Amino acid sequence: MKETNLKTNTLRIEAWRSFRTAAWLGWQIESNWTDPFLFAIYSIVKPLSGAAILVVMYSIITQGNFDSPIFPYLYLGNAFYIYVGAVMAGISWAVIDDREHYKTLKYMYVAPIRIPLYLIGRGVAKFLVGSISVLITILFGVLFLHVKIDLVAVNWYLFFVSLLLGVVMLAMMGLLLSGVTLLIAHHVWFLGEGVAGALFLFSGAIFPLEVLPAFLRPIGYAMPVTYWLELLRRALVGSVAEAFPTLVGFNNNQLLGILIGLTIAFGILSILVFRWCDYQARERGLIDIVTNY
Amino acid sequence: MSQQILGKSTGWKLFLKTVIARASPRLIGQQREKSWLFFDVFLPLLAVSAYVFVYRAIGAPEEYIGFVVVGGAMIAFWMNVLWSMSSQLYWEKEQGNLALYIMAPNSMMAILLGMALGGMLATLLRAVVILILGSWLFNVQYVVVSFLQLFVVFLLAMVSLYGLGMMAASLFLLLSREAWHLSELAQEPVYLISGFYFPIKSFNFWVAAAASIIPLTLGLDAMRQLVFPSGAALGFLTVNLELAILMLLSVLFLLSARLLLDYLEKLAIREGRLTESRR
Repeated sequence: MKETNLKTNTLRIEAWRSFRTAAWLGWQIESNWTDPFLFAIYSIVKPLSGAAILVVMYSIITQGNFDSPIFPYLYLGNAFYIYVGAVMAGISWAVIDDREHYKTLKYMYVAPIRIPLYLIGRGVAKFLVGSISVLITILFGVLFLHVKIDLVAVNWYLFFVSLLLGVVMLAMMGLLLSGVTLLIAHHVWFLGEGVAGALFLFSGAIFPLEVLPAFLRPIGYAMPVTYWLELLRRALVGSVAEAFPTLVGFNNNQLLGILIGLTIAFGILSILVFRWCDYQARERGLIDIVTNY
Repeated sequence: MSQQILGKSTGWKLFLKTVIARASPRLIGQQREKSWLFFDVFLPLLAVSAYVFVYRAIGAPEEYIGFVVVGGAMIAFWMNVLWSMSSQLYWEKEQGNLALYIMAPNSMMAILLGMALGGMLATLLRAVVILILGSWLFNVQYVVVSFLQLFVVFLLAMVSLYGLGMMAASLFLLLSREAWHLSELAQEPVYLISGFYFPIKSFNFWVAAAASIIPLTLGLDAMRQLVFPSGAALGFLTVNLELAILMLLSVLFLLSARLLLDYLEKLAIREGRLTESRR
């Protein structure tokens, strides 16, 4: 009994150490390449440009009618979607970075750490930078583009619970992608961002799912990101979310229940896929492969 | 042994062989790693589709769908220039290949040209697939005004774009990890100012003029004018003027790449940056 407790405790310490050290390492890699000023500019320009593409597209067609509910719908969806690319890319890119750039992945494998937790930890830095980007994008929308968020009316409890659940869900999806990355060459530069870009289509991030052809909508309904974004919109601007029929039949608790269920399902799938890919990568000798085209 | 050395290519033959040698891994890589079909064609096509549906959601005229499909296909070239040209020398430095390139008796310009040629051909295939599939899926109608002009615009846009990539690659010789982040920084802002998803004419004249330094801005604008019925009305400048500017940019960027490469290679050697790895 005592021995089992000791073993569990050691595993817990090892898991925490893997995550914490990886998060610190990821932050150093992400931020210490330049001075804080340039880093701040870098963190601001990229997300604002992404949002500005949609704003320009929207304003060309609607002649700048920012009062329509579709505008805050797409603007907020796009802002929070930054997390999808950041977290998934942060975790999956760590494989290429360690395997082919720093050539340290093999050492990580022989070190007393938990590889899945190490990879998730590497995504923390991107999550932090992503959080700054999300905040700035929303702030820009509120200050300059008539995105109306009433801080008193915001359902903060729903917001933070949804945000937390979403981050866990994205981390698990990132783990799944990092498993796939273990098996592919680095000529696929940014798998995480690529997948995030593709899922943009199905998640109802920048347009309601009704706009999609009927046969594609089930993909959107099967994705946790769809419910996550809906919950965040409802928490921040409830009236806007209600203007679209996509998930109008569900109340907030039902949506939270679906999100939790899908997060668990994706979590289990991610662990299984990662284990399989990890085994295959070891079997085929891909842990220290270097590819260059 | 000495006969073998004497038999080696020199001059333009060596230059040409180097170009082919550096281009070939990019083409062979496509054969070896079929995963690019999914990751570089299918996934970007879905991302492009998202912007198509945004236009549909806000009731945009149909020609805007075509603008997005053409812009989405051309993004592949910008990504290729950013990641497989500009920051490639940084990656080669980190991998240890850069020192070998410098040591070998070949021209670095030939290496860069090989990278450009291989990357361009490989990316062309991706862009064509995205264009065909996107046009088919969204029923995009093209009315080509002049195939010859269209071909020349595309060719000049590619020459100037990859010239820009070669110029940037030589600049990146001096950079370390910041090269990576600068490339990342040049993604979304360039998608925005080059009008990948909307006509560049929507911007103020001076903003559009400044954005024209990136060859894809004018290349895309001219191509849209030549393939869409409403393209000319939404064009920034006339096609002929855009062709002339693209020609100028091609010469400017290729010459600058040559000069910069000579200068920066010497500087990098003098400062000992060719093999450094400030990780």
